[in-house]
Amino acid sequence: MGRLEVIYREAGQFKATYASDQAIFPIVQDRVVVVAIAVVAFVVPPLVAGEYWLQAILIPFLIYTLAAIGLNLLTGYAGQLSLGTGGFMAVGAYSAFKLTTAFPQLSIVVVFLLSGLVAAVIGLGFGIPSLRIKGFYLAVATLAAQFFLIWLFNKVAWFTNYASSGTITAPHRTLLGVTVTGPNASAAARYVMALAFVAVFALVAKNLVRGRIGRSWMAIRDRDIAAEIIGVRPLRTKLLAFGISSFYCGVAGAELVFLYLGSAETLAFDINQSFLVLFMVIIGGLGSILGSWLGAAFILMLPILLTNLPHAVGLTMSVALQKQIELMVFGGLILFFLIVEPHGLARLWQIGKEKLRLWPFPH
Amino acid sequence: MVDVVYAVLVAPFKDMAGSPAFLVEVLIGGVFAGLMYSLVALGFVLIFKASGVFNFAQGVMVLFAALTLVGLLERGVPVVLALALTTAVMVALAFAIERFVLRPLVNQEHIILFMATIGLNFFLEGFGEMLWGANVKKLDIGIPDRSFVVRGVQINELELTAAVTAALLVTLLAMFFQKTRIGRALRAVADDHEAALSIGIPLKTIWVVVWSVAGVVAIVAGLMWGAKSGVQFSLSLIALKALPVLILGGFESVPGAIVGGLIIGIGEKVGEVYWGPLVGGAIENWFAYVLALAFLLARPQGLFGEKIIERV
Amino acid sequence: MSRAEAGGPLLEVEGVSVRFGALIALNRVSLGVAREEVVAIIGPNGAGKTTLLNAISGFYHPYEGRIAFAGRDRTHLRPPDVAALGIARTFQNVALFRGMSVLDNIMTGRLLKMRGSFLLEALYWGPARRQELEHRAAVERIIDFLEIQGIRKTPAGRLPYGLQKRVELARALAAEPTLLLLDEPMAGMNVEEKEDMCRFILDVNQEFGTTIVLIEHDMGVVMDISDRVVVLDYGRKIADAPPAEIRSDRAVLDAYLGVAHES
Repeated sequence: MGRLEVIYREAGQFKATYASDQAIFPIVQDRVVVVAIAVVAFVVPPLVAGEYWLQAILIPFLIYTLAAIGLNLLTGYAGQLSLGTGGFMAVGAYSAFKLTTAFPQLSIVVVFLLSGLVAAVIGLGFGIPSLRIKGFYLAVATLAAQFFLIWLFNKVAWFTNYASSGTITAPHRTLLGVTVTGPNASAAARYVMALAFVAVFALVAKNLVRGRIGRSWMAIRDRDIAAEIIGVRPLRTKLLAFGISSFYCGVAGAELVFLYLGSAETLAFDINQSFLVLFMVIIGGLGSILGSWLGAAFILMLPILLTNLPHAVGLTMSVALQKQIELMVFGGLILFFLIVEPHGLARLWQIGKEKLRLWPFPH
Repeated sequence: MVDVVYAVLVAPFKDMAGSPAFLVEVLIGGVFAGLMYSLVALGFVLIFKASGVFNFAQGVMVLFAALTLVGLLERGVPVVLALALTTAVMVALAFAIERFVLRPLVNQEHIILFMATIGLNFFLEGFGEMLWGANVKKLDIGIPDRSFVVRGVQINELELTAAVTAALLVTLLAMFFQKTRIGRALRAVADDHEAALSIGIPLKTIWVVVWSVAGVVAIVAGLMWGAKSGVQFSLSLIALKALPVLILGGFESVPGAIVGGLIIGIGEKVGEVYWGPLVGGAIENWFAYVLALAFLLARPQGLFGEKIIERV
Repeated sequence: MSRAEAGGPLLEVEGVSVRFGALIALNRVSLGVAREEVVAIIGPNGAGKTTLLNAISGFYHPYEGRIAFAGRDRTHLRPPDVAALGIARTFQNVALFRGMSVLDNIMTGRLLKMRGSFLLEALYWGPARRQELEHRAAVERIIDFLEIQGIRKTPAGRLPYGLQKRVELARALAAEPTLLLLDEPMAGMNVEEKEDMCRFILDVNQEFGTTIVLIEHDMGVVMDISDRVVVLDYGRKIADAPPAEIRSDRAVLDAYLGVAHES
């Protein structure tokens, strides 16, 4: 602890310019650490981590983080509750499948981005009612999106290229000579691709929320009437949030099939998916980009923990019981965080850091 | 083009006219489903009226009640005692929810409370299944699931009983709100928390009462639906169907919940049977939501809701 | 600059009526506010004071009468358009963005001064970054002016009431408005806070030439800082005169000070 305290000091770092005060990580140590983490994240796991870690934990973690950031922009920052995340992810996944099978030459990166755009357009459509309706009324509108979209993909065989199984399968695609999707893609390659996407888009999200756009979202969230009188146009602002959020969810949906599952049917995007991402956002912290990372990690690790913990202490637990405990823990945690710490894990993290900064003097 | 117009606008009605008995059967099926939606929606309305909380967990309360009832019956508890015990459990649940969820979140924004009930939803689902097991159960309350025929129309005895029970319950609740002192007090709370306090009813008590009543409504809904199609997880999904019902009926209107439920129930059955095949079927899954969405844009306050005047 | 814009009154309210269902909240109220004037609106509760401000800022639309700003009719504009004309306001019950820091609240006030460029903002690059820093500097000047340096990073919702009112004023000032509408800026403040607020309001008026319309209950404050006092009662205007004359106006005494008068 003693050494840490010496290292982690902001004393002497006076923020002389607004530029440094407006930076994402105002403390130099933080910046160094984050860059170091990013470098390590790109290099180490592909070399060190086994297939299981990459495939079962790290890849879904990165993909769900992207989706959670997307939902957090809409719900945490702009204050518009959406239960349609699964549906928008499905739009991304099916768009990516259609695009890449129709235009095999198209770079897979472009395919992902275009899929995000398609999801954004659909998201805009379902966001239009948000001008007239708020809160849980809007939640119902997004439920309509969820059920209608899933039904559509199920019923219209065109979306699956008339596959008799009704599934979409990620075809073989390469990027810079490396196979990144399809059955032959290595977990390491898929991991790096997912990481690159989430790293770039997390940064973009952070830039958006700390500037003009983020402030108008939060203004609408906190006090829509006061926001209007300042000049925030509610419809335009909310629609922008819907569009960008859906873009993120769409890309995440495409990644879910192409980089993680390999093939999927609509079941992979059902209403439970929407709730899962919502839980990540609530537990991680509403209105926090960092929280989206923490929330995704937490929600994905919890079932793994519940599976392995009883084994570790010599208990056996049926799969059904695990599932039930999982539900109870999820539900309980949602209540806990809403009541005790609405800013979620991100806030707990921050408090921990402040303690460390002031250590060993409590005040 | 003409073919499409014919298929959409003419053919379904010809089918209806061609076989009126079948149409009546479809309508009865719709009424039955609609009443079930109404029952769940009623639970929502009760809680929303009195506490302003939009209870997403209402559907799981239906499942939880049904699971408890079946669990008790399976262990050889007589029907009447099992019903009494289940009621006690639902009341205890109301106390617990008031103490551990509502009280700490009092004065929070609606959207936070709404999300809290989503948490409650998952907690109860896990808890109920852990207590009573997750496999599909047959709920046998002694009413045979058989049909009789009146003028060529098949009528299911169970559905008929359920419909009558639901209708009775709805009438009772409506009277409870209109005629009794506590019912009127509950309505007062919905309008103005302070006014309710000034007539001497603690908010806490009122919350426990409405959540208990919603729990009892959940028992009835669980009983009927469970007897019809077994007690299983899908029961909690009818809760989601209650959302569009509320949009149609308005969040604070008891008659609205009933009419909304019937519109959705009949609408989706008729839509499925006569128009569904045109688009590949299974429109029941989203019909209600899309109808509600369209409705929201035209009349956000619902059929019976009062026009919302936003104060600045 | 047209003649009307330069010479005429800045704000003209002509025979404006607002009603909610059967209730007539404002009944043919007319009011002119000259440039750089400080006008106080007083009246008993429910007299229609806040309704008048809401009509001016575009939340309610009058069913008769017209409202003109800088010589241009703007009766039917929505609030964001009203803001774009250079009208800012504060609210009776403080309408801060509670989850945002004081700094972000005030930065939001400069929204209309900022240029949108989605791509650059997403990258926080070049002009977007420069713009953000320029506005930050402007906001810091307001922070200094209102003496709230110490609470820059505090979430607005956690501030005591008096400071919240001050931050709300800062947010309105950030828009550099021509006309500032203040709805009970001193309600719930202690004497010291009121004195500070009075000083700020007068400074704003004198230093920036901002025209101010305020609703206030504290008669001492009203008499001190306003050039002219408008009295509303039951949705009608019953007096419109300099403070000294209002003090002795019979109708005003009956309507507004009636209770105190008799006792």
